[in-house]
Amino acid sequence: MSGLVSGLGRRTLELLRIFGHHATFFVDLLKACPAALRRPYLVVAQIHAIGNLSLVIILASGLAVGFVLALQMYYALVTYGASESLGLIVNLSLTRELGPVVTALLFAGRAGTSLTAEIGLMKAGEQLAAMDMMAVDPMSRVLAPRFLGGIVSMPILAILFSSVGILGAYVVAVLLIGVDAGNFWSIMQSGVDVRRDIGNGVIKSIVFGFICTFVALYQGYEAEATPEGVAHGTTRTVVIASLGILMMDFILTALMFSTP
Amino acid sequence: MSDVQAAAETTAHPHADLLVEIEHVIFGYDGGRTILNDVSMSFGRGKVTAILGGSGCGKTTLLRLMGGVYPVDRGTVRFDGKVVDARNAEQLFALRRRLGVLFQFGALFTDLSVFDNVAFPLREHTDLDETMIRDIVLMKLNAVGLRGAAALRISEISGGMARRVALARAIALDPELIMYDEPFAGLDPISMAIAANLIRTLNDTTGATAILVSHDVEQCFSICDYAYLMSSQGKVVARGTAKELAESEDPEVRQFIRGEPDGPVRFHYPARPLAEDFGVGA
Amino acid sequence: MGKKSVETMVGIFVLLGLAGLVFLALKAANLGSFSGGDTYMVTAYFDNIGALKVRAPVRSAGVTVGRVASIKLDPKLYQGVVQLAIQHDVQFPTDSSLRILTSGLLGDQYVGVEPGAGDKMWAAGDTIKQTQSAVVLESLISQFLFSKAADAGGAPATAAAASGGKK
Repeated sequence: MSGLVSGLGRRTLELLRIFGHHATFFVDLLKACPAALRRPYLVVAQIHAIGNLSLVIILASGLAVGFVLALQMYYALVTYGASESLGLIVNLSLTRELGPVVTALLFAGRAGTSLTAEIGLMKAGEQLAAMDMMAVDPMSRVLAPRFLGGIVSMPILAILFSSVGILGAYVVAVLLIGVDAGNFWSIMQSGVDVRRDIGNGVIKSIVFGFICTFVALYQGYEAEATPEGVAHGTTRTVVIASLGILMMDFILTALMFSTP
Repeated sequence: MSDVQAAAETTAHPHADLLVEIEHVIFGYDGGRTILNDVSMSFGRGKVTAILGGSGCGKTTLLRLMGGVYPVDRGTVRFDGKVVDARNAEQLFALRRRLGVLFQFGALFTDLSVFDNVAFPLREHTDLDETMIRDIVLMKLNAVGLRGAAALRISEISGGMARRVALARAIALDPELIMYDEPFAGLDPISMAIAANLIRTLNDTTGATAILVSHDVEQCFSICDYAYLMSSQGKVVARGTAKELAESEDPEVRQFIRGEPDGPVRFHYPARPLAEDFGVGA
Repeated sequence: MGKKSVETMVGIFVLLGLAGLVFLALKAANLGSFSGGDTYMVTAYFDNIGALKVRAPVRSAGVTVGRVASIKLDPKLYQGVVQLAIQHDVQFPTDSSLRILTSGLLGDQYVGVEPGAGDKMWAAGDTIKQTQSAVVLESLISQFLFSKAADAGGAPATAAAASGGKK
């Protein structure tokens, strides 16, 4: 019995320690950002590696989600004779929720894992220690540019996801099903507010960008310098980032959209 | 006799002008097992000093302490007379500008080319323009015999070549102290000879101080002026010139120098008596 | 990848993002129609605002000419105080009246402006007195039942005779 309690106590303390370690890492990362911004090419190169190279999967997924949304929403709305509101529903679903969240989940899977593996292997190959010994701060040179790259890429990817989704929905709704094109756009336009829906969606994706990139960098940095260590690190990145995104999504949605 | 061996014949006077001094250092990672147990060493300016010992005896840890990566638990590390404080970022920065490190297996930046790897310290720490940097990089690569490989990517070069590129990078800023962590590990005989030659020649031509951590007795003895032998308990077991160590009568020293499988360092990992494990005997 | 080509690709990426944002804002949302630029404020008092919300449209002849800026309760009069932001290029006579209407059968509520016939126009900060509250469903139902009861009270004999004759 006492063994159970002491075990629980130990685990709680360990959890607190890990939490504190996360916090100190985050602060160190933020402190290194100004130095990274003085070398803009580093950040630009990372935006390319993280953002540009994720374009294909984001655009393809956005299109697919747009298609499916239009189809499913049509089947639901047509029973109430409200199929004209299809554009509005698809837009709101995408810009408020699916755009930021699905993009973030895909981002965690594609860019997050690659960041974790890259940092983990750099650490294992002593590249970060080499930089340290050469009096170059690896935080400013390697980690902070990737952090900034992720934060910049994420909102852009989310916007592109939503845009492509809406276009995909247009193709299915208007061209395939036959919903009136004029109504599709006009009802959408009257119901979607720039500041509230699109703006909040962008804010969400920025927050998700913080979460995903930070978790990926932390897991890579703290991973054990073995193949299994890096593999565990990448898995943890996806799991923790995904859970963090979904939980933050709930909190942000409650904060942003509770008052009509 | 090659010019490398001739250079090694001059007896070094280890207590003359010292660049690095380690005094009674005790150290363990994060309060775990004590790796270094009261270690004292000194490294003469302009000399090649070797630290020999088996795996896990703390040789690499010593290099980390000298570079100020970790603070010592007890004792002092002195560089050029000043105590190295691992917590003083400014002092460390100044120290590391005078330091060149060759990591085990190179630790090259895999996302950059050979040229960019060697140019890295120059670009980070100097304001030289690209034409000057290009000249310096090619000169350093020439010194290690790889000027023609400047445009290759790291994935395209062999292990021996990678080690040489790492050496070129370590000397890019003409450091006063060069630390070599296992420079001969995993190399073929030709590459090993090249590496040994480079280390010695570099020292003689630039007047830098070299600290060599290795377990390759033959190569180290052929180029070092002075050597320390460490045991797996983190203690210095023997010190002296290559000649003195080779002639030592100490059983531990002899076992290491001659490479004997069993001696003071036991072959068998501590275990139960044979009879017990195999259920044999009365 | 050369430095220049990387920078170009990133430039394209960021431009695509901006284009997406512009597309969403203009084509997919209401930025293009009403930008809430120059407006002037007027105040209106309502007995019951119904389900009117802030940012609900103010319409005249079906055209959106403004938005509800704020909704408060007057502590002395116990009436709803609604501040309306009207586009500065649209003016209504001082005897115009305001009604709270519902768009469609189940739609959101908005403020409808019935223009009057006077010469003087609303000025910024004016208070409008001619208002009609929103229709409350419960009052409507009780009104209907009341009037039905009144009708039924006038012809109970006819109904009883008719039902008695059918037996």
